[in-house]
Amino acid sequence: MSKATMQPEPDSPILEVTDLRKLFPVKKVRLFGAKDRFVHAVDGVSFQVGHGEVLALVGESGCGKSTLALTLMGLEKPTSGDILFEGDSLASQNSRGLKTWRRHIQMVFQDPYESLNPLMTIGDIVAEPLVVHGIAPNREEREARVIRALEDSGLKPATEYLHRLPHELSGGQRQRVVIAGALVLEPTVLLADEPVSMLDVSIRAEILNLLADLRQKRGISILFITHDMGTIAHFADRIAVMYLGRIVEIGQTLEVLSNPQHPYTKALLSVVPVPNPRLRRERIILQGETPNPIDLPSGCRFHPRCPVAFEQCPVVDPRLLSIGDQDEIPHAAACLLVNAESQPVP
Amino acid sequence: MADQVGATNLRSLWRVFRRNRMALVGLFMLGAMIFTAVFAPQIAPHDPDEVIRISIDDIYAKPGANHLLGTDDAGRDVLSNFIYGARVSLTVGFFAAAISVFIGATVGIFAGFYGGRVENLLMRFTDIMLVIPDLPLAIVLVALTKPRLSNIIIVIGILGWTGTARLIRSQTLAVKQRKFVLRARAIGAGNWHIIRRHIFPLVLPLIVVNTVLAISLAILAESTLSFIGLGDPTTLSWGQMLNYAFGRGAMSSGALWALITPGLGIVWVVLACTLLGQGLEQMLNPRTEWHHLSVGAEMVDREQIARHAAMREEASLGAAPTGSPASG
Ligand SMILES: Nc1ncnc2c1ncn2[C@@H]1O[C@H](COP(=O)(O)OP(=O)(O)OP(=O)(O)O)[C@@H](O)[C@H]1O
Ligand SMILES: [Mg+2]
Repeated sequence: MSKATMQPEPDSPILEVTDLRKLFPVKKVRLFGAKDRFVHAVDGVSFQVGHGEVLALVGESGCGKSTLALTLMGLEKPTSGDILFEGDSLASQNSRGLKTWRRHIQMVFQDPYESLNPLMTIGDIVAEPLVVHGIAPNREEREARVIRALEDSGLKPATEYLHRLPHELSGGQRQRVVIAGALVLEPTVLLADEPVSMLDVSIRAEILNLLADLRQKRGISILFITHDMGTIAHFADRIAVMYLGRIVEIGQTLEVLSNPQHPYTKALLSVVPVPNPRLRRERIILQGETPNPIDLPSGCRFHPRCPVAFEQCPVVDPRLLSIGDQDEIPHAAACLLVNAESQPVP
Repeated sequence: MADQVGATNLRSLWRVFRRNRMALVGLFMLGAMIFTAVFAPQIAPHDPDEVIRISIDDIYAKPGANHLLGTDDAGRDVLSNFIYGARVSLTVGFFAAAISVFIGATVGIFAGFYGGRVENLLMRFTDIMLVIPDLPLAIVLVALTKPRLSNIIIVIGILGWTGTARLIRSQTLAVKQRKFVLRARAIGAGNWHIIRRHIFPLVLPLIVVNTVLAISLAILAESTLSFIGLGDPTTLSWGQMLNYAFGRGAMSSGALWALITPGLGIVWVVLACTLLGQGLEQMLNPRTEWHHLSVGAEMVDREQIARHAAMREEASLGAAPTGSPASG
């Protein structure tokens, strides 16, 4: 498998997240003895991203994907846990270190219509990171870099875009500008937070191909956040499935897609349209709504919606454990049915 | 690159502006008065400082060929006084408005952007300034500091910034929430860079609108102070003209021209600023086609609209000394 051979050594991740938590306090009128309540946006997440790897993070709206990305950028302060970039800890960075951090790790935001300052020209927007970091202080060099970044992002000829304002561009073009603004710093990690969810279906593939290209040509590691299983299959090396602030299943893309273990993953996959009718699975429609991340269910947080929950599920909170034979890239899931060897996998 | 942006912005601003009749009329009215003030020596038929030997006929002389708008109690030409008075009133208006908008915008941007303790401190201070009645305080301050024009400007300026501060703060809060500010942080930008490049340009239109409205409020405030006798005695502003006319029997002599002329001047400028300010504000309304200065629907904060409406009302009520003249 070409994808498998592109995997870096598992012992040298570029990004390493350990037991990351981000709770937001809920503002409430406090009566006597009322306890502080929290939104558990990210609640104990650990994973690694290898050099040049694309890790897809999949999950429903509100499961904490954006919060996780913002925490990785140092834009939200983690409640606990830590993030290592090339072995450097985020927690130990001062403001200068944080600035350098944001030179190596860049982010593409969900909404290309909102993430560009409406009063700045495209040229100024893409040049801004260079100005902020004092890179390429002379004008020609800076402009050359801006043009290169724009062209690498698929805006050709770049000189046509330099003096235009964001409102003159389409959504897809704007997202390319955002990507160019990230690339101009030559980052080694790119966090792409649902970069295509606000775009027309027809443009999505182009942007995804652009990201795939970047990984190929520049060896950038990408954390690709999405709520849509369908968009990732063709370029993610691994998939992590997130539910209510936790990773419930993680593994190689093909492995997870062909042999999903967690009932939530199965449900997500069952609703992805499959072109070949013979491969079509039975649709699993989840009962109920996503519980709110303030009052989490006891035990396994998926149990109220789980079609195969049994009496242990509301009691025991399953850990994310490897399953099956231990190959180099583990496939892990957090489900009592999967991890208790005695239980048959349904 | 920057020049290019400026040019496109100005050009499209003008395109929208031209279509707004109210703003256009306001701009024309204000422009005419500024022109009058600047070219006062060329326009005025008489020199206000000319040594005059007056006979009894020259006091409150009726409008006629020599004195188009009659004369005042000292036999001076009312029209010339009016024209030179525009200089004083507009000077006070512009400088006092500049001071109050500068303070207000600075306080508003810092409070809104930094939040937390900075905001608490600044807004608490603003609230205190807001509840102190401006006119009595202005009277005390001017009386204490000698009624010189520069002192009057400073007093009006430092008493009139609270409204601007609150308005700019709420706008800053809204701009701060926008995703491009988060993106700026994500590329490593610091607070100062973000304020300069992302917050300030987006609140600038509101600052401009505010300045225009603040000018009319400052002119009203100066007129009020002068009218009650706290004006600079060495200069002749419109308020001062009213004061003299009132105190020296223009009413009883039936010399209405000495009262109406400066009164109309005040109304003219206040109306001009109100029209212009209102027109500019309409252009900033996101529902118009003025896209790239519009600040998005989420910015329109009800409180802000209400406050703005109140400001306009106050401005258009005319020179009623009962209102708080120096408040914004
Ligand atoms: N600043 C905040 N203050 C309080 N709660 C927050 C904050 N940011 C996010 N949350 C809450 O944290 C949870 C996770 O939000 P997040 O935006 O990370 O979800 P998401 O997975 O990115 O969803 P989407 O797919 O809609 O973007 C949500 O319940 C959200 O309401
Ligand atoms: Mg999100």
